[in-house]
Amino acid sequence: MTSKLNLDPALVRRARDLAAAAGQPVVDMARTHTTVSVERAVLRLAGLEGADEDGMPWVNRLADAVRESVGLEHGVALPAWDAMLRGGYPELRTLAGDAGAGLVKFRLPAGGEADAARAAARRSVKKGISRIDGQRAERDRMIAATSDPAMPWIYLIVATGDIYEDIPQAQAAAREGADIIAVIRSTGQSLLDYVPEGATREGYAGTYATQENFRLMRAALDETSRELGRYVRLTNYASGLCMPEIASLAGLERLDMMLNDCMYGIIFRDINPVRTFIDQRFSRQVHARAGIIINTGEDNYLTTADAVDAAHTVVVSQLLNEFFAREAGLADGQMGLGHAFEINPEVPDSFLLELAHAQLVRELFPDAPLKYMPPTKHMTGNVFAGYLLDAFFNLCGVMTDQSILLIGMMTEGIHTPFLSDRDLAIENVRYVKRAAGQLGASFRPEPDGFVARRARQVLDETIDLLGKIGAEGLLNAIADGTFGVTKRPADGGRGLDGVVERAEGYYNPAAEMLEVNP
Amino acid sequence: MSLTGIVRPYGDTTGDGRVQVSFTLPVPFGDETERARAEGAALQLAGKMGLDPAMVVHAKGMGPHFTFFIVYGRVSHLVDLSAVTVTEREFPLLPAAEVNLRIRSGLGRKLVVVGACIGTDAHTVGIDAILNVKGHAGEKGLEYYREIRVVNLGAQVGVPDLVARAAAEHADAVLVSQVVTQRDAHLTNTREMSAAFHAGFGPQRPLLVVGGPRFDPTAAQDLGVDKIFGRGTTPGEVASYLVHALAPSSEAA
Repeated sequence: MTSKLNLDPALVRRARDLAAAAGQPVVDMARTHTTVSVERAVLRLAGLEGADEDGMPWVNRLADAVRESVGLEHGVALPAWDAMLRGGYPELRTLAGDAGAGLVKFRLPAGGEADAARAAARRSVKKGISRIDGQRAERDRMIAATSDPAMPWIYLIVATGDIYEDIPQAQAAAREGADIIAVIRSTGQSLLDYVPEGATREGYAGTYATQENFRLMRAALDETSRELGRYVRLTNYASGLCMPEIASLAGLERLDMMLNDCMYGIIFRDINPVRTFIDQRFSRQVHARAGIIINTGEDNYLTTADAVDAAHTVVVSQLLNEFFAREAGLADGQMGLGHAFEINPEVPDSFLLELAHAQLVRELFPDAPLKYMPPTKHMTGNVFAGYLLDAFFNLCGVMTDQSILLIGMMTEGIHTPFLSDRDLAIENVRYVKRAAGQLGASFRPEPDGFVARRARQVLDETIDLLGKIGAEGLLNAIADGTFGVTKRPADGGRGLDGVVERAEGYYNPAAEMLEVNP
Repeated sequence: MSLTGIVRPYGDTTGDGRVQVSFTLPVPFGDETERARAEGAALQLAGKMGLDPAMVVHAKGMGPHFTFFIVYGRVSHLVDLSAVTVTEREFPLLPAAEVNLRIRSGLGRKLVVVGACIGTDAHTVGIDAILNVKGHAGEKGLEYYREIRVVNLGAQVGVPDLVARAAAEHADAVLVSQVVTQRDAHLTNTREMSAAFHAGFGPQRPLLVVGGPRFDPTAAQDLGVDKIFGRGTTPGEVASYLVHALAPSSEAA
């Protein structure tokens, strides 16, 4: 792709190098630590499902019992499968039941016994990884049997709190033209240190992410995909304290895209930064293996900070997200880097500024399925003006060749969308695609005009900020409030007590199978 | 224009009473019969809403089961302005920048808020919606305010711990959320909490604010707290109240 913005390739390379330098220490930390949720994800991949009578998942019961007894420094696998072999347990579920009741004595096996435990753990986890591989192949088969819609994909959200209400709404949205259905999670799920079980019918402003809910919705959308002859993708959220487990469940149940930002939980949910980066690396390795497209959350920065002043923080975060994603094994085609149309419409030339930002991101990440988010901050309750603003968002999206358009609702911020709001929103984007779908090919901003100059200015500011972050250290930069205004110290926030430094001899069969950069 | 007289909606002529509404009915909009029936259904609803005459200007099927309508019509209702009652909030709603400014000028330091769910309630939905940057209903939470320092203790916090932490943090205000409650546990918990603060701090106690869908917002005095927020409260309202109570404006409003 030739640059429409006259970007200097040397500057682009420099920005990437700075992002890598800033991110590498965090990767090193992630490679030498584990978390309770990473270990629970290992158990989930080994097939441990279900919960006790209090609704606490067996993976939590077992991981907690191991942690109390011998710690998690060596991973959950060694002591758990050692106990399986010694106790003659037929499956993890019965071991977890006994462990939860305090009936199992865990130990760290050595020598041949350790080899046996490792081999048994590897066999069990391999089944989960194979199932993820099978689901990836099944997605390819489904796409071949139906069809892959042309980009930009239309992304719509459902969120009733009740999976059995979500399903018909999602199917209706797909029939109306949605290519991607996202099921918003219940408020606060990111702060739960366990994944709820089973089909759920109650949530707060969203539906709980559970393995069964994933399965039910994917099955329903498979049915609709066949009916429409078009593969409808399913999205959920791998964020919060259970990020690695949710990622694993997504792979096992063939979700297609997952929200998975490197810093969102830190900034917006006050989850501990160290916990987040460790969980994030494992979850991205799972996504890489599962062929899942991740969506990053840069749009959120613009909802807290000014979208003009903070434009470069979006690009900084995208470059960091790209570095972490590649390091974890994700292909460029799996990186749904996020950004948003959030400039105050009262600002003169606001549309030109939006074009500059969107085109810059397109050119910096030519192979990424960019996810473009609609206006939310300046949706005022004047639904008629909001409908117009959404049309301009759609226009900017098609002109700059964005890959995934989250469809804006004119009733944003007023209520959860009415059926009619969604229908009108799709009518809006369809009109813009039909009327101006080819405009991008003819759109050539003046080489030194307003748009190109603004894009280059944002790139310059990006490089300055990345340089500062590299000098200061990413964790310190986060602690200082560089992103999204909020200060998040490395020793603060939720979930730090779930972080464990790996000991010599740490063993994690899933990490071993998922590692692409040993 | 009089604010006490009788008025009607204004379309393009005084007193014409013209309004526009849109709605969806769960009726199909397929063949000619279905379409006629759907429009008739919309007109019936419009009539019951007081639109007479009413005109369906747009009808569109949405999937096999629903139809969307835009309807214009004339209402005969009169609006008696003298009978309009306005419940005044005792404090003005302020934008975030104004909240920050008022704290800077009124307190000269950051305003410290300690938040928690007390009792056995593990539902931090409410307190997080008010405190987390992510916020609620399109408004950022209190963490977003540069001049507010938030200490969110999370769920199932014991009252003695809350009192101790409020003292250690020099809290200006304590926010307590109670979402899920049985046998009026939210009232018992709140009374216990306010009694502990009254006993522990005396008159120098922090401002006590509670919130949750089951509370009666007028019961603050009875529960020994300064303010109760009910269902649907946004972070901006809480921030505005905190400023109103703790950083009064030097200029007379």
